[in-house]
Amino acid sequence: MGPQFEIPSTSTTKFNLGVQTDFLRSQVKNLSFSYNPKEKIILKNVSLPIFDKKVTALIGPSGCGKTTLLRCFNRMHDLYNEVSYDGEILLYPESKNILSRDVDPMEVRMRIGMVFQKPNPFPKTIYENVAYGLRVRGIKKKSYMDEKIEVSLQQAGLWTEVKDRLNAQATSLSGGQQQRLCIARALVTDPEILLLDEPTSALDPISTSHIEELIVELKKDVTILIVTHNLHQAARCSDYTAFMYLGDLIEYGPSNLIFTNPSDKRTENYITGRFG
Amino acid sequence: MFQAQASRLTKESMGEVDIARNLKWRRMKNFMFSVVGLLTLLFAICTLLALFIDLALTGVPRISAEFFTSFPSRFPEKAGILSAWVGSLAVMVVTAFVAIPIGVAAGIYLEEYAPKNFFTKIIELNIINLAGVPSITFGLMALGLFVYKLKFGQSILTAGMTLGLLVLPIVIVTTREAIRTIPNSIREASYGLGASHWQTIQHHVLPYSSGGILTGVIISLSRAIGETAPLITIGALTFIAFLPTAPVSEVFPYVSFQWLSDAFTVMPIQMFNWVSRPQKEFHVNAAATGTVLLIMTLLMNGVAIFIRYRFRRRMKW
Ligand SMILES: Nc1ncnc2c1ncn2[C@@H]1O[C@H](COP(=O)(O)OP(=O)(O)OP(=O)(O)O)[C@@H](O)[C@H]1O
Ligand SMILES: [Mg+2]
Repeated sequence: MGPQFEIPSTSTTKFNLGVQTDFLRSQVKNLSFSYNPKEKIILKNVSLPIFDKKVTALIGPSGCGKTTLLRCFNRMHDLYNEVSYDGEILLYPESKNILSRDVDPMEVRMRIGMVFQKPNPFPKTIYENVAYGLRVRGIKKKSYMDEKIEVSLQQAGLWTEVKDRLNAQATSLSGGQQQRLCIARALVTDPEILLLDEPTSALDPISTSHIEELIVELKKDVTILIVTHNLHQAARCSDYTAFMYLGDLIEYGPSNLIFTNPSDKRTENYITGRFG
Repeated sequence: MFQAQASRLTKESMGEVDIARNLKWRRMKNFMFSVVGLLTLLFAICTLLALFIDLALTGVPRISAEFFTSFPSRFPEKAGILSAWVGSLAVMVVTAFVAIPIGVAAGIYLEEYAPKNFFTKIIELNIINLAGVPSITFGLMALGLFVYKLKFGQSILTAGMTLGLLVLPIVIVTTREAIRTIPNSIREASYGLGASHWQTIQHHVLPYSSGGILTGVIISLSRAIGETAPLITIGALTFIAFLPTAPVSEVFPYVSFQWLSDAFTVMPIQMFNWVSRPQKEFHVNAAATGTVLLIMTLLMNGVAIFIRYRFRRRMKW
């Protein structure tokens, strides 16, 4: 696949690479971001590797810039004029800088799927919500769509609850059901990278563990980047963890190392619950 | 420590204030405002109601089936509003065909595509100003442009286009407002799945705002149907004893657009004509026409409110 991981020159991360056999799927290089040139800088020179078919968790206190970083991956910020950013996000194997002006954000978004922090179903039927990604790609064949939609809903753990009312309005679902619907909607197009912004924040423990199982299952095929406030979740289902604090990427490494033996004092304070 | 500070603050600031008096005074002000508000509201509604009742009492007895199927006549008891309501209908069709596509397209452009610069600001400002231009000005413009320059004649086409331009700002503004109610999160969901800008507009923005747009269209048509001044300016006739050419016929090519260039009258002009006659019986006819016009306008607004209510209920995010 892509090149083997090399520690970015500006990164302060220190961990033993050991027998590193993971391949890069994507790499953030010196990314800085601000919502408004006059306002403060939200992301400060962030560098971060994303390994292929692994789960990378982004953790950090509220407001530290996790969502902002995640949204850079599918050029969501391009919808708003005032933002300014600088740096690269390389997508492998072709080493394409997806933040480059020459790259069409539509192509990026077709390859990188996103589940937003707040559930945002379309005010359409459940079926149409999941089908939308396929429709955008010009797929019309009913039997194919039906099958894809069923599989996605099953993966998201929503199928049994909605299979009898696929034509009901999606907005009539509960908050947690809507969140799972949004996960199904992102899965239906088989993205190469899946961005999950607190996908279980509105879910009960059973649905949460279902989603965690899904994440573990999915990483056979998909690279996953997940933002979570649930540290147990990060420890359970992520392979790598990045800790962010006030727009800085403080520490990055294999999850077992970050959670058992963090090298930075701030990381240690955060994961032991002393602040944040 | 925080608690200590809070309690000190409370003591300092509330110490000298008589809580009972403060409450009483604030309740009093609250009550007074609600009374004043209610009175002004009642005054406005009562005036309107009085006008309507007065009109209806005079006009309703005159309304019958023949009233709708007869042409105007020299004899007040034989006169009807056939040519007037058919004319109003025909003009409204043209108005809708002018105002809806241009207005909705302009609204979408301004909301979705227009760059946020000085030029756009100027256009926006002008649209708002245009909504406040006296309607007779539109009549003068139409007389110069449509009648004399483009030679459309004093026809249904000219009238419909004039009224279409007149209500265009309303359609544009309501379209923009309807589009603006769609939360960004919905757009992000669409873009996030790889949709293009146009796909997002076509599949989400337009369908979700169609209720608001339709409401704006109906309200603008109900404004247009009562307009008189610009149509008199372009030379609408006040006495028409024939109907426009039928738009469909039994012989090839089955459809005809001849009606667009026919002379016409509309209900408010018919009403104006009858009011200006000395005979009292014609005034009754005018009142009857006014009642019909008013009921039509109220019905249209009622439909608009109903549509808005239905869409509000369906479109929750
Ligand atoms: N649209 C915006 N415009 C301006 N500032 C923003 C915007 N969105 C977020 N911010 C600011 O950017 C910073 C980072 O926000 P972000 O949403 O990335 O945090 P987060 O780490 O995802 O927090 P949380 O865990 O609460 O979701 C915050 O200080 C926030 O105030
Ligand atoms: Mg967030």
